[in-house]
Amino acid sequence: MRAVSPVLSLRGVTKRFGGLVAVNGMDFDVAEHEVLGLIGPNGSGKSTTLNLISGALMPTAGTISLRGTPITELPAQDIARRGVSRTFQLVRLLPSMTVLENVKAGAVFGHRRRWGAEADTHAQAMLESVGLGGRGHLRVGQLTYIDTKRVELARCLASDPKVLLLDEWLAGLNPTELEEGIALIRRLRDEGRTVILVEHVMDAIRSLCDRCVVMASGTKIAEGGVSEVLSDPEVIRAYLGDDDA
Amino acid sequence: MRLSSKDWQTLTFATLALAAAACLPFLTAGYWLTIGVTIAMYTVLSTSWALFSGPTHYISLATAAFFGVGAYVVGYGIEHLPYWSLLVIAGVIGAVMAALVGLTTLRLSGVYFVIFTLGLAEFIRQVITWVQNWTGQKGIYVLTSITEAHIYWQLVGLAALVFLTGWLIGRSRLGFALRIIGDDEEVARHSGIRTARAKILLFMVPGAVGAITGAILAPRYVYIEPILAFTPMLSFQVVIMALLGGTGRLWGPIVGVIPFTLLWEAISASFPNQTTLLLGLSFLVIVYLLPRGFVGLIDDIRARAGREALA
Repeated sequence: MRAVSPVLSLRGVTKRFGGLVAVNGMDFDVAEHEVLGLIGPNGSGKSTTLNLISGALMPTAGTISLRGTPITELPAQDIARRGVSRTFQLVRLLPSMTVLENVKAGAVFGHRRRWGAEADTHAQAMLESVGLGGRGHLRVGQLTYIDTKRVELARCLASDPKVLLLDEWLAGLNPTELEEGIALIRRLRDEGRTVILVEHVMDAIRSLCDRCVVMASGTKIAEGGVSEVLSDPEVIRAYLGDDDA
Repeated sequence: MRLSSKDWQTLTFATLALAAAACLPFLTAGYWLTIGVTIAMYTVLSTSWALFSGPTHYISLATAAFFGVGAYVVGYGIEHLPYWSLLVIAGVIGAVMAALVGLTTLRLSGVYFVIFTLGLAEFIRQVITWVQNWTGQKGIYVLTSITEAHIYWQLVGLAALVFLTGWLIGRSRLGFALRIIGDDEEVARHSGIRTARAKILLFMVPGAVGAITGAILAPRYVYIEPILAFTPMLSFQVVIMALLGGTGRLWGPIVGVIPFTLLWEAISASFPNQTTLLLGLSFLVIVYLLPRGFVGLIDDIRARAGREALA
């Protein structure tokens, strides 16, 4: 699964909010076609890292490169245009629009830009790929929770991302939905998408990720194969706390 | 660009409606033509206002600033340049002003934008008053042979241009981008939309239209004073009429402009000293009772009728 040059690489990426260091000197690479799990306890800086990559926040120090080109200083819209697409921890859809129009937003403005019939066809195809082919005409308010997540995912896919950032995409799903969700992400993996998965659901990490980066208190404490990382004593300590471990 | 049969219907209807409106000066010359000019003026201003403020939810109170500048372009230029060229110059200045305001304020949140736009008209008014005090002038005469009917036809022509622009924007990427921005600016940015640029481009439309409208109306006033050209009442009335009609559709504002102008004529004739108070009250009533304007009300009634037909 390892490719020669990384699609995305972080070097010494740091984010300070006043005196608080939310992310401290993060280094990692994501190879093409790789699904990288970014895990760690609550408040360890995973979502902040995702926000730094997607341009929602600007790093205090360090470099983020996409295929060797630095994107550290770019605003979110330019990072999106270069092919970094994200979902949000709390699903964000466009409430005044139909499901198909929501997905079209990705098709029209993302990495590859389309318009007119081409955009409609592409959006419909992406909607079908997440299993919502027949729901395009609905308002987003009429959807179930998992379906709103699917629409958000379809919007990302419609923009032809080089890297897909999924921020706790599986959180809040019931057991049946969770199975469907994992199957959906597995399909993305089989299609050869490059994905960073911020996730708490361990089953999902085990079955979906090629590698894992573990964060605690803003720093990377482990990186490597999933089973190897999850049996690392330091990782166990970070998750369970010193005394309980 | 391919047009569906529904597009042709829309275009045909709009053309016929504007052609019918253009006949008014042949039917009447006095009071009703004056009302016609007022309605045409507010149609142009409210529709272009809603083009920007509808999708972005930024409430602009800059109408009087653009309008006043347009009026003063004609006031100062009429002696030196042909009238038609002044309309173009007013439009360009209005658009540039809007772009500058947009560059400085649209990155900030909505509240700052509202205050800034309100202050803008007042600021320009004070500057012109100061310059005039300095030169010993009070106002300027605009003496032309332009009649009320000419003014009316120009406004109808401008209205046609505004509706066409709005219709084209609605079908464009820019229009789609603005709807996304209106729904969730964060999503818009992360989808690759250059949100600031889209908003500035769109704000230039009411900027240019406001200034051209001021330029068209200038000959009607004959004597232009800062307090008249930059009156904040104009900005507020444009907002109220657009909200009364509804900003969700291109034709929404006009549904508010016609009844409000007629009502306003009656009110200002009967209660000339209480107009500001009544304007404030009507604003509250509209926001509380008709938050989406007449258009929203029509949509609700239609939806209810649709459900009853199904049941």
